[in-house]
Amino acid sequence: MDLSYTPEEEAFRAEVRAFLEAELPDHISAAVRSGEELSREIYQEWHEILGRKGWLGTTWPKEYGGPGWTPVERYIFDVECSRCYAPRIVAFGPHMLGPVIQKFGNDEQKREILPRILSGEDWWAQGYSEPGAGSDLASLKTRAERVGDHYIVNGQKTWTTLGQHANRIFCLVRTKQDGKPQEGISFLLMDIDLPGIEVRPIRLIEGGHEVNEVFFSDVKVPVSGLVGEENKGWTIAKYLLTHERTNIAGVGISMQALEEVKSLARLTKRRGKALIEDPLFAVRVARVESELEAMKITNLRMLYTAQKQGQPGPETSILKIKGTLIGQELRDLARRALGPVAAPFPGHITDGNLVMGPKDSEHNAAVYFNNRKTSIFGGSNEIQRNILTKTMLEL
Amino acid sequence: MNFDLTDDRQMLSDSLRRYLADNCGMEHRNKVAYGAPFHDQKAWTELAALGIPGALVGEDAGGYGGTGFDISVVFEELGRALCPEPFLATLLASRLLTTAGADQEALIEGTKRYAVAFSEIDEPYDVAFMSTTARASGDAYTLDGRKTAVYGGHVADTLLVIALLDGKPAVFQTETASTTVTGYGMMDGGGAAEVVFDGTPATLLIADAEAAITDMLAAGRLALCAEAVGAMDVAHTLLLDYLKTRKQFGTVIGKFQVLQHRAVDLLSEIEQARSMTIALAACLGEPEAARTSAMAKSLVGRVARLVGEETIQMQGGIAMTWEYASSHYAKRLVMLDHQLGDTDACEGEIIRSYAA
Repeated sequence: MDLSYTPEEEAFRAEVRAFLEAELPDHISAAVRSGEELSREIYQEWHEILGRKGWLGTTWPKEYGGPGWTPVERYIFDVECSRCYAPRIVAFGPHMLGPVIQKFGNDEQKREILPRILSGEDWWAQGYSEPGAGSDLASLKTRAERVGDHYIVNGQKTWTTLGQHANRIFCLVRTKQDGKPQEGISFLLMDIDLPGIEVRPIRLIEGGHEVNEVFFSDVKVPVSGLVGEENKGWTIAKYLLTHERTNIAGVGISMQALEEVKSLARLTKRRGKALIEDPLFAVRVARVESELEAMKITNLRMLYTAQKQGQPGPETSILKIKGTLIGQELRDLARRALGPVAAPFPGHITDGNLVMGPKDSEHNAAVYFNNRKTSIFGGSNEIQRNILTKTMLEL
Repeated sequence: MNFDLTDDRQMLSDSLRRYLADNCGMEHRNKVAYGAPFHDQKAWTELAALGIPGALVGEDAGGYGGTGFDISVVFEELGRALCPEPFLATLLASRLLTTAGADQEALIEGTKRYAVAFSEIDEPYDVAFMSTTARASGDAYTLDGRKTAVYGGHVADTLLVIALLDGKPAVFQTETASTTVTGYGMMDGGGAAEVVFDGTPATLLIADAEAAITDMLAAGRLALCAEAVGAMDVAHTLLLDYLKTRKQFGTVIGKFQVLQHRAVDLLSEIEQARSMTIALAACLGEPEAARTSAMAKSLVGRVARLVGEETIQMQGGIAMTWEYASSHYAKRLVMLDHQLGDTDACEGEIIRSYAA
């Protein structure tokens, strides 16, 4: 065993650091650091910077214009980006649809779609969940009926993350009503501004607009938008979900959050001393720091396995479960460290000169509440446990 | 980055596993682990011939191992078999002897048994608060005090004793024969001893021993973490076998989601424990080993207790019986937290590093 990075990997880290130092604009890192909801412009600007460098499709092989990074290099990239407060890459195009098109798309789709993802030109949304199909995704009902050269799509998608910014959407649609639910699903691409599509915001627990409902009424979608074969979409859907697991442990973000917790707990006081000296608080930090330290190795072990086998295995569900729990615990500690200073609703302090807490702490409670999503989305932690039950425990 | 064992270590692991499977089955293990002298002299001799003590000692000290991954490979296998042979004592002693530059030939050959007298009743884990004292008389020294739960002390020839000299921790060597040793078996098998020093003559091994003790503790904690990982692997496998065969309400109980998810959570926790053990093995001997050892021992201690308790609860009454192996794994997994710093003590070390 050898946990050290190779000289090539260290050189790569230095290259990423130098790039971030030179290219990550201050106003973008400041926005990320503050914890506020990021605007479309900020995401777009960052995506285009990465796109020009050729670093937006981080999982893509060189033949499709990606950087051809190893899983360990992707991990280094993620950690360094988090360390510098770069925005997370919006995954739907680069990390989800891109790999799907490379594996299942036809030549025309590859030619048309992939370059526009790599440049940041297209913003894709994900149309998976429905009001009646969350964890039980295969029960989805949005219908696509073939009429000539078009599908006529009717139904509703929900939890469409950042769909308000998207110009295109990939959807799972039902193209066959009878038989096993998994066998009547197709993977369909469309422009989001087609007549009959309506995107409506869902306001989330912390007040932000991150997710949407998308309604489809008699939407005419050209059949050229079908990826792979009709009724074979479930295989694609599952393939996509394994790619959704790139960076699922969120190690980089949690490392940054741990630093934030420690720094807040040194700035805030209880009973005349820094909060970090309160053993009841400090021991919770100690526990989560130990968990995170273990998580780094667990993550690297699974990347190492993925690198050897060519793809991530079912054990990555462990990363999802533990990674999200660690991230959520850290957000709880950060919020709690602020005490009553966490109370004001962001933006509701009327006097702009009133400063209540340490810098960049205004959104702390909001970020905590927003992060409750992580154990629910991308296959809830309970679904991950079902996957592990079948694959690892064979029960 | 590489998470595979080297060929040499894989061979060490395989041969140790084979030996223990052939010679240390559960029935035999329980017989020797719970009856005086709480280990198996024949197994000790054969394991020494297999080179196990030598694998724990660095090359510069005459052994052929001694790195973090040598230690973790050996103790993971010992843990899988719940082997009661006192190799933890061998490891602790070897770390101190290595620091002192002392000869370890007899230790490596297994012909002389060492134990380290560390814990005290009023301060089990933190050397700064211990009270066993050394006094100089001419060129010689005498020891006064009492050490508790000295692992392997019941069969040791030589004791290495942590004692205060002019208020600072130092390491002394004395022969067991010149002390009062009361041996006993432990709750989870294996043996230890109470040792009383009353003007006991001793030689000074390490005068300014703080760093030496820190290294000894890090290595010992690594051994215990690896032992726990091995034992947890087996305990979890026993649990899964049971969930797949035990029927209630007309079906195997492994079909019940309430048990499935708990079994999955144990898997995740065991993988985390394994990762933390790897992290500690990788940095043993480096400055960060002390802090990492506190993180590892606290995390593994918490996980080990969880696995111990959950395997009892999920298998029900059968896991409460002496006859079923699972109960002995549960006992070891709970009780190893008491060795060389429990979860609370290790978390205390971490939080004091925040305030520093």
